[in-house]
Amino acid sequence: MKFIHYIEKVGGVSAYGIFSLALFGLIFTVMLVWAIRADRTMIEEISHLPLDDRTN
Amino acid sequence: MPTEQFYYDNKTVKRFAYAVLFWSIVGMLAGLWASISLFYPSINLGLPATSFGRMRPVHTNAVIFAFVGNGIFMGVYYSLQRLCKTRMYSNLLSSLHFWGWQLIIVAGAITLWAGKTSGKEYAELEWPLDIAIAVVWIIFGMNMFGTILRRREKHIYVAIWFYIATWVTVAMLHIVNSVELPVSMWKSYSWYAGVQDALVQWWYGHNAVAFFLTTPYLGLMYYFLPKAANRPIYSYRLSIIHFWALIFIYIWAGPHHLLYTALPDWAQSLGVVFSIMLIAPSWGGMLNGLFTLRGAWDKVREDPVLKFLVVAITCYGMATFEGPMLSLKNVNAISHFTDWTIAHVHIGALGWNGFLTFGILYWLIPRMWNTPLYSKKLAGTHFWIGTIGIVLYAVPLYWAGFTQSMMWKNFTEEGQLRFQFLETVTHIIPMYVTRSIGGALYIIGALIMVYNLRRTIKQGQFSANELAEAPALPAITQTHGRTYWHRWIERRPLQMLVFSLVAVAIGGMIEMIPTFLVKSNIPTISSVKPYTPLELHGRDIYVREGCYLCHSQMVRPFRDEVARYGEYSKAGEFVYDHPFQWGSKRTGPDLARVGGKYPDSWHYNHLLDPTSMSPGSIMPNYGWLFDHELDTARTPAMIYAMQRLGVPYPSGYASEANRDLASQEAAIRASLKGDKISTGDNKEIVALIAYLQRLGKDIKAAPKEQTAMKDGGALMGN
Repeated sequence: MKFIHYIEKVGGVSAYGIFSLALFGLIFTVMLVWAIRADRTMIEEISHLPLDDRTN
Repeated sequence: MPTEQFYYDNKTVKRFAYAVLFWSIVGMLAGLWASISLFYPSINLGLPATSFGRMRPVHTNAVIFAFVGNGIFMGVYYSLQRLCKTRMYSNLLSSLHFWGWQLIIVAGAITLWAGKTSGKEYAELEWPLDIAIAVVWIIFGMNMFGTILRRREKHIYVAIWFYIATWVTVAMLHIVNSVELPVSMWKSYSWYAGVQDALVQWWYGHNAVAFFLTTPYLGLMYYFLPKAANRPIYSYRLSIIHFWALIFIYIWAGPHHLLYTALPDWAQSLGVVFSIMLIAPSWGGMLNGLFTLRGAWDKVREDPVLKFLVVAITCYGMATFEGPMLSLKNVNAISHFTDWTIAHVHIGALGWNGFLTFGILYWLIPRMWNTPLYSKKLAGTHFWIGTIGIVLYAVPLYWAGFTQSMMWKNFTEEGQLRFQFLETVTHIIPMYVTRSIGGALYIIGALIMVYNLRRTIKQGQFSANELAEAPALPAITQTHGRTYWHRWIERRPLQMLVFSLVAVAIGGMIEMIPTFLVKSNIPTISSVKPYTPLELHGRDIYVREGCYLCHSQMVRPFRDEVARYGEYSKAGEFVYDHPFQWGSKRTGPDLARVGGKYPDSWHYNHLLDPTSMSPGSIMPNYGWLFDHELDTARTPAMIYAMQRLGVPYPSGYASEANRDLASQEAAIRASLKGDKISTGDNKEIVALIAYLQRLGKDIKAAPKEQTAMKDGGALMGN
């Protein structure tokens, strides 16, 4: 159950920060590219979903 | 294609709407009560349940989990059915979800008033309720995913993505932060200690804001704003980017609550960087909302629903600009521990969550009852009273926070602190009064709304089951142009769940694992020893009374704090603190170094009547500590629990602990006797004095070079 001091030392802790930024950058770029290139008709269709619920 | 007929379940939505109305008033009144006790402490009536330390968690829990929580469910149950063109998956699950959640809220309020708390902000509820929350949350998830899987619409609209991300992340946060070891039916100790506990808690705390108060409400915005404005969202592409960027970045930002603390420096920097990056998706979302209304501002002038939504979205933009600013270290050095934070969160709570909820209620209830709103004029009045209430609430607190911080940091030419802590408190009391007036106005507005909606409901005809029709979902769907991987994922809710979990889990793991594994992140200080049994009891009382809500135990490495409180705090000092008690607000002074600063009799008199020792103090009296007896039968279980958590008491100590407790108690009673104070046997006050006198003492016993050397690593990074 004890949580502290399992491993004496892990080298290069600062790499965690850099890795995290790189990972974010990668995912964000992929997302951005997809969103920009996505099909116009489909985007139109999806964005009208809230207005098309066949009641009211 | 043949159309199918089905019925939307409005009954569950109605129940949640009633719950929102009820809990909004309860939660806000608790807040008003707590705020008044800051300038008129005797409003607590001398009762434990109504003292600030217990009212404040009741207020925060009621507003977050009862008011906003029910608001989320109301909006989700309404919009999800319509976006999926199907009824909610199961009536039974809907009922269980509703009643289960209300039961947790009632039990939560009662236990918090009774002082049953885990002592971690916004996660105060004790372990039986933590389990109940997990169960009800799973019921909600089953109902939601069942509905999504049975949908008649091939696309999953962006609002549903926000709901999915909310569900999965809140589940993860709640489970990780609630790992605790039960000692008795209503008492547990956090599995984590000190710096680790702080990191987990603020990873949770920050993301509770993100994934309970923000993402579900963004989902609601993406549904109800187009509905109310009767036009699609400005840019659906932007909403996709908004979603992924937001959930990915938010999860990393937690450590910005711990700047300049004993948290390792790299974790602090990580929190700052991601907090700054959060501006982009947050403002993307805000602009997407506001641009939806372009060319329709004439409607906003007339429609109370749109008015509320516009102010809500604007407040979202303000709060999400301010948040990253507050996470800059130089700004945080001023704002942290002051009322600035309270002002900031209320822009979010009153403006964003409150006004969005009100807007949705004004739109939803006339529709479900098939009648126009009883009075547009009253809704307009509510809007203005509420808006003025927000301004009157927030502005004085910004002022108070800034002023107090400047006073704390002010030195005379001779290099002495210019102000006593108490002077900085009494100086801002007029601002506290104004804040309460603002809050009261906001509640009056909400009461007007309750009246208006009640009249609307009375004049209307409720349709519990609303007929709708839609074609069944074809097995093979037509594609538009090229297909991309995102097309694939956006039709698959379960895969979406997995991807969202991966996105948020990576952030959480990278943030926390190093702190748990790397020894040099938490340097040990050999003179730091476990608490004695009596001190442990005192600590439980400290947690029970919510002392941490007004007193920090974290001296930051600033000139004024070192001058005022003593040596700054080191990570190694907190290794036996289950849970950590760093606090987040200094309504009273820091207590990290209070041990030995005053005689026992000073604490005795001060807790009996704070103004007798500190004239003008706004701390309440704690009279009951002088009557309540210490439950020493619990001692062995407490020691045993601590041993299981890794606190190095000698083996077999659990059975001997009460002997040590008795001798330490006798010593404190003798010292009180020396100052002509006689106390009865086993009173709680003695245990609390023992704990307070212990705070910060260990490090004073350490050789100077040792602590200086050891803490360098923690403070400066590794």
